[in-house]
Parts: sequence; C-alpha cells; structure tokens
Amino acid sequence: MNKKIGGGVQLGTVLALVIMCAFLAFANRNFYSPGNIMGILKQTAFNAFLATGMLLCLITAGIDLSVGANAIFCACLMGSLKEAGITNGIILMIVAVLAGALMGFINGTLLTRLHLPHPFVSTLGMKNVLWGAALVVTGNKMINKFPETVQFLGRQTIGTFGGGFPVSFLVIIILYIIMHIFLSRTALGRSIYCAGGNIEAARLSGINTANVLTFCYTMSGIMAALGGILSVGRSGICNGSMATQPYDTDAIAACIIGGASFTGGKGTMIGTMIGALIIAVLRNGFTLLSIDSSVQNIVLGLVIILAVFMDVVRASMEAKRRRLAAAAKMH
Amino acid sequence: MSEYVVELKNATKRFPGVVALNHMQLAVKPGEILGLIGENGAGKSTLIKVLTGVYQPDEGEIYVNGERKVFHNPNESAAAGIACVYQELNIEKLLSVTDNIFINKWIHKGMLLDYPAMHKKAKEVMLSLGQDIDPTKAAGTFGMGIQQMIEIAKAVLIDAKMIIMDEPTSSLGEKEVEQLMKTCRELKARGIGIVFVSHKLEELFELCDRVTVIRDGEYIDTRPIGQWTNDSLITAMVGRTLENQFPKEFGVKGDCFLKVEGLTVGGVLNNVSFEAYSGQILGLSGLVGAGRTETVRAIFGADPLDGGKIFVKGKEVKFKTPKQAIDAGIALLTEDRKGSGLVLAQTIRTNLILSSFKQHSTGMFLDEEKIEKSGQAHIETLRIKTPSIYEIVGQLSGGNQQKVVIGKWLNAEAEIYIFDEPTRGIDVGAKVEVYNVMNDLVKNGKCVIMISSEMPEILGMSDRVIVMRGGSVMAEVDRNSRHFNQEDLMKAAWGGSLDE
Repeated sequence: MNKKIGGGVQLGTVLALVIMCAFLAFANRNFYSPGNIMGILKQTAFNAFLATGMLLCLITAGIDLSVGANAIFCACLMGSLKEAGITNGIILMIVAVLAGALMGFINGTLLTRLHLPHPFVSTLGMKNVLWGAALVVTGNKMINKFPETVQFLGRQTIGTFGGGFPVSFLVIIILYIIMHIFLSRTALGRSIYCAGGNIEAARLSGINTANVLTFCYTMSGIMAALGGILSVGRSGICNGSMATQPYDTDAIAACIIGGASFTGGKGTMIGTMIGALIIAVLRNGFTLLSIDSSVQNIVLGLVIILAVFMDVVRASMEAKRRRLAAAAKMH
Repeated sequence: MSEYVVELKNATKRFPGVVALNHMQLAVKPGEILGLIGENGAGKSTLIKVLTGVYQPDEGEIYVNGERKVFHNPNESAAAGIACVYQELNIEKLLSVTDNIFINKWIHKGMLLDYPAMHKKAKEVMLSLGQDIDPTKAAGTFGMGIQQMIEIAKAVLIDAKMIIMDEPTSSLGEKEVEQLMKTCRELKARGIGIVFVSHKLEELFELCDRVTVIRDGEYIDTRPIGQWTNDSLITAMVGRTLENQFPKEFGVKGDCFLKVEGLTVGGVLNNVSFEAYSGQILGLSGLVGAGRTETVRAIFGADPLDGGKIFVKGKEVKFKTPKQAIDAGIALLTEDRKGSGLVLAQTIRTNLILSSFKQHSTGMFLDEEKIEKSGQAHIETLRIKTPSIYEIVGQLSGGNQQKVVIGKWLNAEAEIYIFDEPTRGIDVGAKVEVYNVMNDLVKNGKCVIMISSEMPEILGMSDRVIVMRGGSVMAEVDRNSRHFNQEDLMKAAWGGSLDE
C-alpha cells in the first residue's frame, strides 16, 4: 500500500537518473571525478531552490513563472543596495528575502483576492516586471564585489573532497527534509494538497484556501530570493539581463519529472530532488560532451515536453487503473 | 422478425478480478417504455455501456430488430439505432443549440456548413419534443430540462430505434420531469423503445410499461408494471426486505440553535426567515431552483449575503468564510459531493480530516495515530465498504463516498448539521444508513437541517418542514399539522397558500 501523499517517487525516474549517470560515466571519464560531482551538486542547488517554490504552486494546480526573474531581481536589488553603500551582508540578504517574499505575496494576492483567472498569466506578467526592475535597479550594469557573508551560501565548501562539498547543497538537503515533513505531516501541508485536489471542497471544509494559496506563492518568492543569494555567491556578480534565462522551465521540469502534475494535488520533495538532479546531470553532460549550447536548449526543451507528456500518460494510466479497480469493487 | 427492437441475450462482461455482468439479459419492444432499476453497483452502467458499444461483452449477443449485431465502438451502436442520454449531459454550453444537435452530423452546402437549414431542422426537432426555443442561442442559456431535450433531439435525429435514458430526472425540477415524461410518451407513440433508468419508484409506476430489475450484475426479473408493487420492487432490488424506508426516530426538541431573519441575496433570496431547533430535523422542501441550496450556502458563509441576520444559539454571527461557520459549530454537507464535498484524488483518511485538521493535530504536526484510529472507527460505524482507509475516495461507490463526507462532518463536531440532498444518487441500503446518522444526531441534541427534493424523504424524516419557492419561504408545516402531506407541501411549493 502506497501511503505517501500524491504517489511516491516513480521508480522509472530514479532509473532514468542512474542510466544517464552510467552513460555519461562511460562516455566521459571526467564525469565521475570528485570535482565534477561536486560541480553537479552546486548546479543542482540553484534549481532546487526555485523548484521548491514551484512545487508548492504546482501542487495547488497553479504555477509560478516568475521564480527565475524574481531570483535575479533579488540579486540585483542586493547589488544596487551595495552600490548605494550598504555593505552589511546580513542586511542585504534580509532585504532580498523580504523583497522576494513580497513579490510572491503579490502573485498570490493577484490570484486569490483579485481573482485573476490563472496564475500562468499573472506570474508571466510578473516575470517581465521583475526582469525590467532588475535592469532598472542596476542601471543595466553588472555588479560585483559583494560582501563575503552574501557570497557564503553560494561559494563556501566543506572538506577537500573534489574541492569540497558545497554548503549550498547541504542547505538544500536540510530544506528538502524540512519541506518534506511540512508537506506530509502538518495541517497546512496537507491543506495544500487538498486545495490542489478540489479547491471548492477544501474551502467548504473550512480550509482558508485563499490564505493557503497566498502562502504557496509567498514561499515561492522566498525560495527564489534564496536562489538569487546563492547565484551571487556562485558567480560573484549580479546581472539583470540573466532574468530571461530559462530558470523557470528548469524548475518546472524538475517538479514534473519528479511526479508533480499540472492538474495539481500531486508531487513530492524527494521526487523534485531527483528531477533537479536529472536536469543538472543533463546540463553537465552537455558540457562534458562539448555539445553546442543551442543544441542544449533544443534537447532541454524536448525533455520538458517529454516530462509533460509523461505526466499526461501517467494520469491516463492511473485513471484506467482506477476504473478497473472501481469496476472490481462493484461486487 | 423479433418481437423486440433491441435484445441483449446472455451477456457476460468481466473486468480483471470481477464479473460486472453475469448472463445479463434485457429486451425492449418497439413503442414501449422499459424501466430499469437496480442498486448502485448492480451493473446498470456496464449494461448501458455494452449496449452503446463502449464496452464489448465477453459473451452474449445483441440483436437489433432480430438481427445479430456486434458493436466495436459507440459509432456502430449509434448507426444501428441505439442512443443514450447520459446522466452527465454532453452539452457544449457555449455553442448554440443547433451546433449541439448537429455536432458531427453537420449539414453541408458545398464546402460550407448550411446553418439556415440546420437551424430550421433544429427548431423543428425541438418543437416536436415540445420545446419552442430559439436554436441559435447558446445551449448553456437554457435550463437542465431543455439541455436534456437537446440530447434527446440528437437521438431523434439519428433515427434511434431505442433511447436509453440514464437517470434522466435526477437533475430536473418537477415541471421539467413532467415535460420529460410527456416527451417519452410521444417517442413511444412513434414506435421508439425507451429504457428508463431511475432510482425513483414513483416515476417508474407513472411511466413504464414493464420494469426490469437487476442486482449484482445479474438479471433478476421483468414484469409488466401492474405486477410490481413498491415493496416487491425494493425486495427484488436489494435481495432482502427493507423493514422501513424511513426509520424515523425522534429527539427531544430543545433550544433554538439557528435563527435566520430576512436573508436576502439580490435576485436569489428574498427575505428568508426561519428557526431550527436542537433535537429536530428541519426539512427544507421546494422545487429545484427554489433557493434552498442558496439559503444554506449563505448561512454557511460560502456565498456573500446582501442582507439579513443569522443567530447561532441566540448570538448574532456574520460569517465571511465557511471556516468561521465551522468554528461556530455549523457543518454543511453539500449537494455535489464530487464537486465540493471530497478531494477525490486523496485517500479516505485525508478526506475524513478535511474539516478537522486542528482536532487531529498536536501542535504543528498532524497526530497520525489519532487520525488512523478515528478513521478506522468511522469505517466501522458508518459501514464504509473499503479494504482500508488508504483507498482513494474516487474509487468508492456513491454511497460510500457520501459516508466519507458524513464522516468528515462528524469529525468537525458541529452542533448544527445541514444536509443538502444527502441521499441523492445513492442506493436504498446506504440511504437508510444516512437516515440513521441523522437520527443519532438529533437524539444527541444536535440540530439537523435537511434539504431534499424527494417528497417521501421530507415527510419520512422531518420534524418540521419549510417550503420554499422562488427564494422565499412559502409555508412552515409541523409534523403534527394536517398540512403535513404530499399534496399540501406540493401546493405550497407551486405557490399556493395553506390555510391555518
């Protein structure tokens, strides 16, 4: 009996990751070098932050297309404040997280209080707003020389194995464990699944669905801000024009590959983690095999379409299984 | 030439691990209305799907006008003249009536569609079904009754020899039911055979020539209507004698738990006032669209009010959200359990605690042990038929789903229970179990409000009845009153006044 909420991790997903790793190890001896492994983990961390927020929104049958732009905006906001003379890293990070949260809160409010039809449109609009805002606050410039405290999350490593285990991935592991417990063991976590499964039933059962949804988008904003802080540490700079990079689609792909569904009510942290690893390994593999970046985009685009297709197939197979089970129960 | 227009012989349909139809038979004469009745899960849906070519039987034959037919898909069944009006109508609400009727059967004029001809034909067909409507209007602008007629018009248009109607009256008001019956009789006069599936015995007696009873996937009996009685039908259907359809038990009338004064929602409710007492079942009667559901939704904070006051146990309350109503001790079992009662993709366990997360938590975390225990207890006391509490609710039968919703509200430990059509679409056995839950509630001093469109249910279970019409309260009738009978309540529902 499967006791996990919304279905556990698909065996096939884990298998896909294993096969990809085996193939890459075979194709390029550098793949299993400690340095490369740690590099993959570093790369996973950024997407894993964004995917956390994305997952919450997807479970509610929504979506947040502004996570990537929000992350970059938060990074740029820190950059502009630094330029303005605020050199205390802690203050910069607090401001970034508050700004990210505010943007997420606005997304949630647009959805739940102004009753905009689907978060697809409002968050797509927000993505453009934040892209522009990121350029405005930095005056179209790249900004570097961030305080050490800000760069800690993205840069710091532990030990010496392969250049050290990234702190960012350690934070991700802790975050994912906390979020897993939150989603499966708390009333609010369960309410998120129920709101995604049938929002009217949840509302009439006394769940404040408007607040639940707003919470999810606000969390998504906070996660994006953390991703933004991480990106500053990794690259040492912030750059407003990065806001158009396909970070959102990477996050969506991680969730969907990990078992979430656009129809809501489903998805797990563990699945999302595996999804994020698959994306990172894929991107890493492209680099190792020195595949042209335009081809990378094509393949990644196809992977996302494939993931969505898998979701549809999965849903129809599940419906069939249910029909048969229901027929079997008629007697 | 066979005596029957459509005959199904010896049909067996197996699904993995189960025999859904076991040597089933069904025979319809031309120009006859054949009632088909059975409990939920008796195999009615499978039987219909075999006849319409959705399923292929593993054994057995189908004859149309004496000729053996094999249907590989619904198109072949339709081509042979078998049509079905499903309970869930297949209406494109935004498209015109004409578009709906001619969907996939468009009349062409050269390369283009010939709308004038189609509108004319659509108008004619609808008129022949007793509906004088403008077919250029969107189908969604009409009521359920007319939308159903559109489905029937589709059947007429393909020259159906037999039309299956799957619980056609379940979503219709009294007047629409009358019109539907009239139409059925006209179709019958044209020589079309009709299979009329219904849970409502009185409809079968009024309309049908013969009635076939099935149970557990097996054929039980077919008799001319004159040879059936209420009791014999129920006995044949459930395979046992039901002692009492309405096992009413009485509580002790206590304080006024709920009082509403002048509830008004623009265009929907008009100055609705009534009181409901502890230890009593208050029945809300009236036609579909009388404003009963709207009234209880407004009380529950599900929809906003334009005016009026609500008092719970004498204290005035203003609910902005259902959550506030629940916190004040009100539970609302909605009429649409799939749409607004359950999260179908979730387990029984989760659905049972949907409105009582707080009661099932310790601090921030859910108390898994407590949830498990109370879930098991509900399965036993409510007799939910399931292997475990981890089953997905969508897989349960209607009756068992309803019991899960009831369990959800019992968990919320409310004082005022509002049940909106609590027995709609569930089988006779499960109905009695729902009535017993209500009995237990009033005996424990709770206040129950029951909306029902089934007059026998209202009369059978209520201590007092409020009759509504067009968003207003028309009458209030006590169980001891001489007006407490079907005729007088109907009279009030249609706008007549009852003298004191």
